[in-house]
This record gives sequence, C-alpha cells and structure tokens, in this order.
Amino acid sequence: MYEKYMIVPEKAKKTENGFEMVVRLPYYRGVSLSMLEEIEVSVDDEILPQEDILITVNGKTFDLQQRENELDERWEMPDDAILTVKKTGGFASGEHTVGLKMILRIGYLPFPALRHAVPKTIVI
Amino acid sequence: MSSNIKRAVSLYSYQEEFFLRKMTLEDCIAAAAAAGATGIELIGEQSVAGCPKLPSDAFVDQWFGWMDKYGVTPVAHDMFLDYNKKKGHYWSDDEAIESFKQDIRFAHKLGFKVIRVIVNVTPEIIEKVIPFAEDHDIKLGIEVHAPWHINSAWMARHWEVMEKTGTKHFGFIPDMGGFTKRLPRVQVERMIRQGADPDIAKFVCEQHEKGIMAEYTIYEVSKMSNRRIDNAVAELSRHNTYVNPISLVPHIDRIIHIHGKFLEMLEDYTEWSIPYKEVMEVLKKGGYDGYIASEYEGNRHIQDVYEVDSVEQVRRHQMMLERMIND
Repeated sequence: MYEKYMIVPEKAKKTENGFEMVVRLPYYRGVSLSMLEEIEVSVDDEILPQEDILITVNGKTFDLQQRENELDERWEMPDDAILTVKKTGGFASGEHTVGLKMILRIGYLPFPALRHAVPKTIVI
Repeated sequence: MSSNIKRAVSLYSYQEEFFLRKMTLEDCIAAAAAAGATGIELIGEQSVAGCPKLPSDAFVDQWFGWMDKYGVTPVAHDMFLDYNKKKGHYWSDDEAIESFKQDIRFAHKLGFKVIRVIVNVTPEIIEKVIPFAEDHDIKLGIEVHAPWHINSAWMARHWEVMEKTGTKHFGFIPDMGGFTKRLPRVQVERMIRQGADPDIAKFVCEQHEKGIMAEYTIYEVSKMSNRRIDNAVAELSRHNTYVNPISLVPHIDRIIHIHGKFLEMLEDYTEWSIPYKEVMEVLKKGGYDGYIASEYEGNRHIQDVYEVDSVEQVRRHQMMLERMIND
C-alpha cells in the first residue's frame, strides 16, 4: 500500500556527502520510529548500507541506532520524512534511479510489513 | 422490517485523501456527515497527531465544536497494542495494560463510547483492563476480522471472559470482511496487474465462490504454477473468508459495534464481494441496534492506476445501509 507515494522525487537535493529526499509512510497510521525495522535505499541499483541513512521527522534527525531506540518520536501518517543518504565521495550530479524498501514491525501482523516503493528518478 | 441500527463512518475510509493532504480531519468529519452518518469512528493514531498521548484542550474544544457543527457523535476509537515496539523486546502484560489504558483515556477525552480492540490483544489483558474501561464508561470490542470469525478458537476465549465477568463493557465488533462471498475484484485485478496469471485468478475466484476450502485451492494452484504471485492469489481465499451470517445470532447481545468493511461499491449501491443484504437481515432480525461504521478499504488496491474517490465510495455505502435499515 502507498508504494507509488513512498518516494517524493521532486524535493530531492544534493548534500555535501550524498543527497536527501522526502519520503512518505507506507501505512495507514503513524508509527514510532522504533517500529521502522528496516529502511533500505538503492541508488542506480546499488544497495546502500543502512548505517548510512538518516531519517528526519518533526525536524529531528536520527541515525540507525537512535531510530531503533526511539519509542516516542512518531512519524505521523500525513507527514513527510526526510531520508539523508551518505556515501563516501557523494553522488554524481544529475539523474539517479532511487529504490526504497521499508519493513515495519506491526504487532498484530503475523509477518513483517514489507513495502517496496515504486522506484523514482531524482535529479540532484 | 425497519430497524434501529445507526450509521457511522470510520474516517479510516478517507485515508487516501487524508494521506495525500487533500482532506483535513475536519473535511473527513464533514464528508461523513454529508453522507448521512450520525456517528464518527477513527483510528486515533491515524487522525490525531501524537495519539495516544492526550490531545490538548484546544484540540478537544475544536473536536467537540466539529461534532456540533456537523451534527455527529463520537462513536468508536480504534486502538493498537505495539507489543514489539522496541526491537528485541516483547511487552509484559503490565506494559501492554498501561498502553491500553492510555487509549481508554484518549477515547474518553474525545467522547468515544467504544474502543475497537485490535485482534492480537489477549483475553487475559482485556480482563484486567475491564474495570478501568467501566470506570471511563467505555465499551471494549474485540474486532472479529477475517480470517477469524465469531466462533473461532481465539474468539471463544474472549467470549469466555465476557461470560465469566458478565460485564456490559466487553463484546464483539464483527467486521463485514468476514462475509466475503466473492473475492474482491479490485484485489484480484491488482494482482493480475502485478503479473498474476488471469486464468489462475479466475479459477481461484470460482473456487472461493463455491465455498471450497482455501487449502484445497492453494494446493491446486501450487501444482499449476510455482510463481509467488499466482500462489498469493490463491491465498486471497484464505484471508478473505465467508461464514454464514447466522453465526452472529447467538452473539447478538454481545455485539457492541460493527465495522462495515467494503472494497468496492458499485453504482447500483451494492458491494461487489460482500452480500450485505444477507448480513443485514440477520442483524435486523436479531434486534441489533448499535452502529455500523462504513470502513472503505479499496484504495490500496486501486491507487496504483486509478484516482481514489473515497468520498463517493462512502456515500454509496451509506446510501446502501440506509436503504437496508429502513427496508
């Protein structure tokens, strides 16, 4: 669900060591950041290490470890989040195809909630 | 035979527009009222930022202002228990109970009288929470959601708690998705768009409609194809169940609320997959007089290719309910 909305390519922009892009929550209710079991970003088919992805919600930024332990800060259903992707040497300016996989840990589901975003082209 | 069944809308129905920020919370309430509903149900964690933390007094004032403005009543709040919220840690009963109580405080503050209890909550936890719910004048309803049905083993254990305690504050909330006689067309068609074999999909739909047990169908399809998507189509028959609606009869007095799940309302005011009339006749005959809340869930199956119009879908569903209630 919401696969085609997960990546918002229009707002992607280059940063010093990579880029940032706006993403949307593929679920029908807000979640605490700790419930984001996995966030996997690929750029031009290269899967990036999860440790190199930061998430910003409500103006606060979390690395992987902080995210896993964050029980209170919530990503609400109608809100944007920003993923900041780092890579040594950064990315070349221009077009890139971005993929995004998210796994949510939802108590009542008998399996992890796996969502594959529809890949999008970003220009940075 | 007309009936005293009342109509609500779960704002979950408008999730597509709310997610896309095309509709605000107030817009959703207004749309529900315009469709003819007198009750509002919501998932706090969807509609109210920060839930289950208590909303501010300003929000509470605004909320009741909307209720007055649109002539609707808060009916039900849907709660969750995130047992595994912290990675590698599974909540103790005490932690679960504290989370549950917070949802009761939240619901009470916004004037809800019913809490939809998510199906994974154990009977033991509910039993311990009942006195707190009674103190807050909140009825707890375990959601009977497919593939469970009202006489499933899990529901029998909840029923035992209802019987043992004799409380009026714990009952069932059947979801109409438990009466899925035909597989939802929107769901099957989406899977075909994702690559499922149309002939296999047709076979699965026919088997389901005939009432063939899903396990037979799943096995048959596993011999026809080893592709994951084809086997997933067969599994639709396991997740979308149909049971005879007369199964509700012995439990009518324990039904405190109903989720009017639907995935596709047609222009002629019928639902593609759920024989609402059959279920409504049972409810009317049994004297059910609580709310049925429209709960549109088709958006996720069509949003890849179509523009979702939840407002129109809910309008049709409310019209269908009104006709059936007054028929």
